[in-house]
Amino acid sequence: MSPFWLILLVAALALVGAVLGRRKAMASAGGDARVLHSLPNYYGANVALFVAAPALLVLAAWMVIQPLALDGRVSAMIPETAYEDAGALNLLMADVRRIAEGLDLAVEQGALTAAEARAAQAEDLRARLAEIGVAVGAEIDPSTLVAAQGLRMLDARADLVRTVVILALAAAGFAFTYARTNASYRARNSVEFAILLLLIGASTIAILTTLGIVLSMLFETLNFFRQYPASEFFFSLTWDPSFSGRGGASTLGILPLLWGTLYISIIALIVSVPIGLFSAIYLSEYAGKRFRGFAKPLLEVLAGIPTIVYGLFALITVGPLLRDAIASPLGLGNSASSVMTAGLVMGIMLIPFVSSLSDDIINAVPQAMRDGSYGLGATQSETIRQVILPAALPGIVGAILLAASRAIGETMIVVLGAGAAAKIDVNPFEAMTTVTVKIVSQLTGDTDFSSPETLVAFALGLTLFVMTLGLNVLALYIVRKYREQYE
Amino acid sequence: MTDATAETPRRGSGTGSLMVPDARTAKRNAREKRFRLYGLVAVCTGILMLALLLTSILSAGLSAFRQTTIQVEVPLVAERLDPEGNRDPAQMAKVTTFGYAPLLRDALIGTIESAGIETELDPRAIADMVSDESVAQLRAFVLANPGVLGQTIPVEVLASGRIDGFFKGRVTYQTAELDKNISPEQLQLAEALQEAGLLATGFNWRFITAPDASTTRPEAAGLGVAILGSFYMMLVVLALALPIGVAASIYLEEFAPQNKFTDLIEVNISNLAAVPSIVFGILGLAIFINFAGLPQSAPIVGGLVLTLMTLPTIIIATRASLKSVPPSIRSAALGLGASRMQTVFHHVLPLAMPGILTGTIIGLAQALGETAPLLLIGMVAFVREYPGAPWEGGLFDPATALPVQVYNFTQRSDPAFVERASGAIIVLLIFLLIMNLAAIFLRRKFERRW
Repeated sequence: MSPFWLILLVAALALVGAVLGRRKAMASAGGDARVLHSLPNYYGANVALFVAAPALLVLAAWMVIQPLALDGRVSAMIPETAYEDAGALNLLMADVRRIAEGLDLAVEQGALTAAEARAAQAEDLRARLAEIGVAVGAEIDPSTLVAAQGLRMLDARADLVRTVVILALAAAGFAFTYARTNASYRARNSVEFAILLLLIGASTIAILTTLGIVLSMLFETLNFFRQYPASEFFFSLTWDPSFSGRGGASTLGILPLLWGTLYISIIALIVSVPIGLFSAIYLSEYAGKRFRGFAKPLLEVLAGIPTIVYGLFALITVGPLLRDAIASPLGLGNSASSVMTAGLVMGIMLIPFVSSLSDDIINAVPQAMRDGSYGLGATQSETIRQVILPAALPGIVGAILLAASRAIGETMIVVLGAGAAAKIDVNPFEAMTTVTVKIVSQLTGDTDFSSPETLVAFALGLTLFVMTLGLNVLALYIVRKYREQYE
Repeated sequence: MTDATAETPRRGSGTGSLMVPDARTAKRNAREKRFRLYGLVAVCTGILMLALLLTSILSAGLSAFRQTTIQVEVPLVAERLDPEGNRDPAQMAKVTTFGYAPLLRDALIGTIESAGIETELDPRAIADMVSDESVAQLRAFVLANPGVLGQTIPVEVLASGRIDGFFKGRVTYQTAELDKNISPEQLQLAEALQEAGLLATGFNWRFITAPDASTTRPEAAGLGVAILGSFYMMLVVLALALPIGVAASIYLEEFAPQNKFTDLIEVNISNLAAVPSIVFGILGLAIFINFAGLPQSAPIVGGLVLTLMTLPTIIIATRASLKSVPPSIRSAALGLGASRMQTVFHHVLPLAMPGILTGTIIGLAQALGETAPLLLIGMVAFVREYPGAPWEGGLFDPATALPVQVYNFTQRSDPAFVERASGAIIVLLIFLLIMNLAAIFLRRKFERRW
């Protein structure tokens, strides 16, 4: 039975169970709902829960485990002479799976009878499978066919066992709860406990995501370091992947990429921090209510614009403008994509980020400090510079660190604005590249997950993740400490 | 009283009047003004940048919504398009676009002659004035309606990218001299056609509905597949991120005890909110595609990745919204005998709903504009087929997404694609604007302050 029908059947059983459970509870209370411990619907829900939850959980686990378990047994059927290494075995197994699926499909569509499928010969099978739209790469080897038939048999047997086990679980769940259902049974507590488990499960997804990020990158990074020396990666001054395929003489040093990343981020911060900070000061200390109500949302619109828009802005407007107005006349280069282009545009993107965070922080400085300063005769700007800013400094530093982490991880602006040439140079009108650009370029298009040229992207990603995580943790720590000071 | 205060010497010019500020005060006041001006300049710079950004995109992209077309009377010669003569579409499909091209070319020349326009261009140059895509369109139309064979039908064909650019000001007689894809004579002919009323520039519906076209046919490139792909991804994000986010927030805000585990979750959520988006792309590639074996370029994978990215936003908004429901509501419900679960689901959650929806819409808007992670999971692929309906497994069909389509357009050399990319951005921004306005409307309409 296919999983879809199995799920439907279990759901139907759960529904029947719910009706029966509710009826039994009402009957045991003599038809008077007030005698029951819980509302009548909880009894129904409780039975449904016990029918469906264990059965569906086991089904989900089964569907993950079955292919893994069968793969091991089927690959043992293929003679060791048929393949050279693990990669070739994987390809063979993919063929086995496709043939098995193709045969199943043929039976389903009526192109073959079940008996014919079992007795299928290797010679004409490829053509027959092609007829029903299953493409098998190479000619089918008899040993592959044997394995495929083995897989089909095991699969069919496992499916049968699965159906029996799932239905038995559902029935057992029903018998267990139905027997326990009576007027004094605490159905509500049981149902609510299940809901609570669901809520807890939902909130652990955040942990699972982090775990997934770290593990997926860690494994591939370790793979990478097995093929490529870590010291070269961290200390080499050249980035020069070979495109000739595997085993070429690639030099994959991260330093030029880090240099580009940091250079662009620093320009972005030089643009965004003064503008953002002064905007925040003006809006929170000087601006009238009407001006603030008009200017603040406008600045925040900048934060809502997708980064691809900034990227295009850099590509079609800022880049050519900088090249024609500054770089070419001064002889600093004639590339439209440059560190300056990407840095300026990224700076614009970060303005609202710095300003809204700083705004919050400046507003958190107690009014008493301002009043004290004014009382001593300070002007407003003296108060801001000598009282408010020092008091808010930790928070502002936190905001700047968060902005820096954004800048380091930003992708689309640098992909479109910074260029792809990995080099270490001080001229800001040269095209340079960043860690994120190289992750994109190594992982798009044809990728081969056994070559260092592809795997290096995971090492780059992990480096990026560690850097931004460090900055974020530091920034959050500083901001939190600062908040506590005034709460 | 001490004498010390009385004898403190006055600084500055003691003789001055109170009405006349002394030099130091003037200096301080000037500094005050300057400081204030810096602030104003900063705010104005920010707003100016926004204006510059929007005008740059609008001026480059608005023309993508207009398209030049040519009216041609095409005689569909039955003998050439249906050699077997049985009107069977399967047989007719054997005539490729090479069979249709001369037909369209002759029709165009005929149209020009019947309009009384004289030209010295050779037939090939005339045929080059219409998009290659038009031939394919004509063929598709004939195959779908075999009944029109033998008739002469009016067809609106796309002008080539250069001709289109000429009427939008991108191509001029000067640039045409240097361009091997277009000649000034062709431009003259196009102008003559316009005067004859056969060539017109109108609203470009195809840009919104048609699929992408190859790198040599910018005039035919559209956003249909990208919009559909983005829409599917938003469906996935909404279906997953909203329930999971709300469930997680309810647990953290209403039930979670103060312990290490809760702290761990909280730290994770705030960190995930700040992880660079491209890292989520790597996660999607490694887990959903390489490990779980989901297909590349599929909206389901994009949706899953964007769900993980959107979750922190939704959780943060939902928690703020739950927190703003006053405790008295909870106390009242508990006092009447409701369980904690009933209190939350029957009373607190409905009251927090407007805030949750607002947060969700803003999260969706963020997800809609996200590009970097989608590049890594293969959504940059060139896709011309519309994905199927969701219930037919369309979520697993290859598709692209709006922001990725923009990136795709920028990677092509023909300058006409800059216009297409900017036009796609305008479509994207319009969607974002609508979503944000909806969020603002919801907030204004339903927000309650206790």
